[in-house]
Amino acid sequence: MTATANAPAPHAQRRGVLGFNLLTAVILGVAGYWIAYALGGLIHGASIDSFDDTGQNDVQILLGYAGGVVGFLVGLGFANYPIKRTLGHPPNIPTHEVDEPGIGKYFRMTTDHKVISMQYFIGIGIFFFVGGLNAMLIRTELLSPTTHVFGANQYLTLVGMHGSMMMGMMTSGMLGPFANYLVPLLIGSRRMAFPRIEALTFWMLMAAGCVLVSTIFFGGFQTGWTGYEPLGAQGTAGYDAYLGFFALVSISMCLLGLNLAATIVTMRAPGMTWSRLPVFVWSVLATCVLMVLAAPMLTATLLMGVMDRTMYSGFFVPGLGGSAFLWENLFWVFGHPEVYVLAIPGFGIVLELLPVFARKPLWGYRLSVAGMMGVALFSFFVWQHHLFVSGIDADLRPFYMLSTEIISLPTGFTFLCVMGTLWRGRIRLTVPMLFCLAWAFNFLFGGISGVFNSDVPSDVTTHGSFFVMAHFHYTIMGGLIFSLFAAIYYWGPKMTGYKFSERLGKIHFWTMFISFNSTFGPLFAVGFLGMPRRVITYPMNLKALNDWVSISAFCLGLSLLFFLWILVKAVVFDREPAEQNPWHSKSIEWQLPTPIPAYDFAQIPTFSGDPYPYGEIAGGAAAGGSEPATVGAS
Amino acid sequence: MQTDQTNHFRRLAWIWFIATAILTPIVIFVLGPGLPPGNGTVQAAGQVTDNIVLMALSVPVAMAVLVTLAYEIWAFRERDLDGPVLEGPAITGNSSIQMWWLIITTSLVLFLAGFGSVRLLEDGSGGGQGPSPLVNPAGSKKALQVQVIAQQWEFTYRYPGYGGIETPNLVIPANTMVEFHVTSLDVVHSFWAYQLGVKADANPGIDNIAYVKTKAPMSFEVHCAELCGVWHGYMFDAGRVVSKADFATWIAKAQKTYGPAAKSLPPYSKTYFPSPVGRGG
Repeated sequence: MTATANAPAPHAQRRGVLGFNLLTAVILGVAGYWIAYALGGLIHGASIDSFDDTGQNDVQILLGYAGGVVGFLVGLGFANYPIKRTLGHPPNIPTHEVDEPGIGKYFRMTTDHKVISMQYFIGIGIFFFVGGLNAMLIRTELLSPTTHVFGANQYLTLVGMHGSMMMGMMTSGMLGPFANYLVPLLIGSRRMAFPRIEALTFWMLMAAGCVLVSTIFFGGFQTGWTGYEPLGAQGTAGYDAYLGFFALVSISMCLLGLNLAATIVTMRAPGMTWSRLPVFVWSVLATCVLMVLAAPMLTATLLMGVMDRTMYSGFFVPGLGGSAFLWENLFWVFGHPEVYVLAIPGFGIVLELLPVFARKPLWGYRLSVAGMMGVALFSFFVWQHHLFVSGIDADLRPFYMLSTEIISLPTGFTFLCVMGTLWRGRIRLTVPMLFCLAWAFNFLFGGISGVFNSDVPSDVTTHGSFFVMAHFHYTIMGGLIFSLFAAIYYWGPKMTGYKFSERLGKIHFWTMFISFNSTFGPLFAVGFLGMPRRVITYPMNLKALNDWVSISAFCLGLSLLFFLWILVKAVVFDREPAEQNPWHSKSIEWQLPTPIPAYDFAQIPTFSGDPYPYGEIAGGAAAGGSEPATVGAS
Repeated sequence: MQTDQTNHFRRLAWIWFIATAILTPIVIFVLGPGLPPGNGTVQAAGQVTDNIVLMALSVPVAMAVLVTLAYEIWAFRERDLDGPVLEGPAITGNSSIQMWWLIITTSLVLFLAGFGSVRLLEDGSGGGQGPSPLVNPAGSKKALQVQVIAQQWEFTYRYPGYGGIETPNLVIPANTMVEFHVTSLDVVHSFWAYQLGVKADANPGIDNIAYVKTKAPMSFEVHCAELCGVWHGYMFDAGRVVSKADFATWIAKAQKTYGPAAKSLPPYSKTYFPSPVGRGG
């Protein structure tokens, strides 16, 4: 125990180029891949493949991915602590985060939740860019039903990569950057419950992204992000990349959920009772429930897929006694909660920001929490609405119709709280506020179109058509991405320390809002007119609509590039220091200096009173009282 | 803070009422008849009815949210952002509004689920119902059986009542109840005859039944609606609904053309168990 008490100096591990950092990780990752690949060749002869004649050895490649990821994580230093503890050495980890100048810390494993959230922001941003680029290429192909830019296989790989990238990486798109950053601050903790697991979730996700992109070296995959079997079993080794990618994502998701839930449950500062928890933290907690319960289902499903491809277990291959329904069931048991993993943090962001810009307390705090928790719980009972015409358990369709439509009730609570919070407020139409209002607009259409999909007779036509595609882009892009931008414009100055241009932000908002609706609005019509999803060619009469959509999509892409410029301009060129509290927020993170010091709080704060002390009581005095007792720099 | 005497709520209610009163008839009578998948069959027309009802109910809901948001932005917007930050009233909720919201949305949802279930149980709505359908619409006992066999990347059709012949095109008689048996030889496909209002997944080893009652003669498109591999985008063809007399002529001719080939086919069966190597065709 004395060894632990006399803890070594913080950050005793090596800091140079040759230490445990991204460079070492990449080198060890590549080495790990080839070592495991060679090992796979010894286990399993290279030419054996029962399902196809690609000449690719799935065992080698899947083992290679595993070896590569392990090497990558070891290179980052994730093995240091367990190895040291196993050998009986004292734990050589910092007990206290210290401010570290320079950008080196962003290329290493770190335990500072603020650094990790920035890593998430950049890392997921890169893969979001790749996914967006895929979408642009898909729309380029769909400019014409007859002239093709890509081969059919290339096109499907683009579709699959776009879907997987967005559905996989973006599960952490909101929680990674913003929950990691804000949850400890909002609940008055200096760190997450498991800081090294927090780092692990990020680096695992980056490894996952690289695994997915590597699919292009192995022939791509033709299954889309849903990876339906037994089509997957036919696939080239590119499908192994899909399996490896989602397996890593699901583990990362589950760990992220566990970590955030543990933090929220156990690390709240004195006075931070459940009824004082900011609504964003509640949304994170609801999302964590989904992540922890749903993600392991996906891990297991993918493991079965891996076994099918390497050991011929035949879970999903009808010719070997398996069932295609099994994959569909298992995938959607995960898949439907997963789409709410994307949506619920958006609810939280919008409800968190509205009081600040309407200058009113949150309207219906309990109702909004009930709404998010309700969505989280109901989302486990609706998955077969993806299978209404599949022939599986057709007798249960009325039940799934009911359960799916019931989920609109808690979602409706969120809308009521949005409208109630704005009522008689002093609405300040800043850039983050515009994005919040756009969320309400987009998600409304996403939700209403969802009712068409939940109604079986209507779904017979809309299922598998562009209508569904437009529906979930309205909820995910229109919901998650718009609220994500609200969060970026709102907390960006606090996180980066630099001011963002309000004028350019408004240009970005309006171009994005208009081009988004111009892209996905017509796709409802395209679906209604009978165009199936994921096709490379389509009837000639849909060309005008598709061209309109493609051109709007390019404008949407340009608008997102314009945001990149705003970000670079603010952080690299202008470097105008942000004010401490530009939005006059009463939330705790804005009372801290900008940028927030590494150790967050000089003293752990004490909370009292309402989390949203905005607005005037009839007497005229501000309804204050929740200013944290002690907040300051270390 | 001077108290705002305007009765915003009443004003908002009127705007909502007028907007809904104007838009709902437009949706029902102008947009409605054009909604998919058209009036080709009983099931397709039933889906149109569902779409119209859903659209008509969406209007008041969407208007409630959109009009409220627009009104709030217009009426409560802070016009001077550079001035001092003024606070709104500290309203934290209103239990009667919450209660009414819950009552109204719950009734809507229960109505929709009930409505959808009744509509579904009436005629099956053209959706795939698996091997033992819950919904057997009137006349299904004497229905014309057509098997749809999906494989990478084409549909073929077998007529078990006519010697089990297999044809490359789907032709069915008008004013007839048709019972589709949809199955696959390799991966999951989906048989989507848009104008018929039929969609049923084709699963290997599964017999997925869908009913449709045709009306007048017409032609229709068939697409694969489930990603089934590289040439999924090209897996479509056209079919025809023809008069009963024309169908009799066509099937007699088809029996002559495809009858000899049918002898070398596997005997008609509800499913064809796929080979372990997975690729059909």
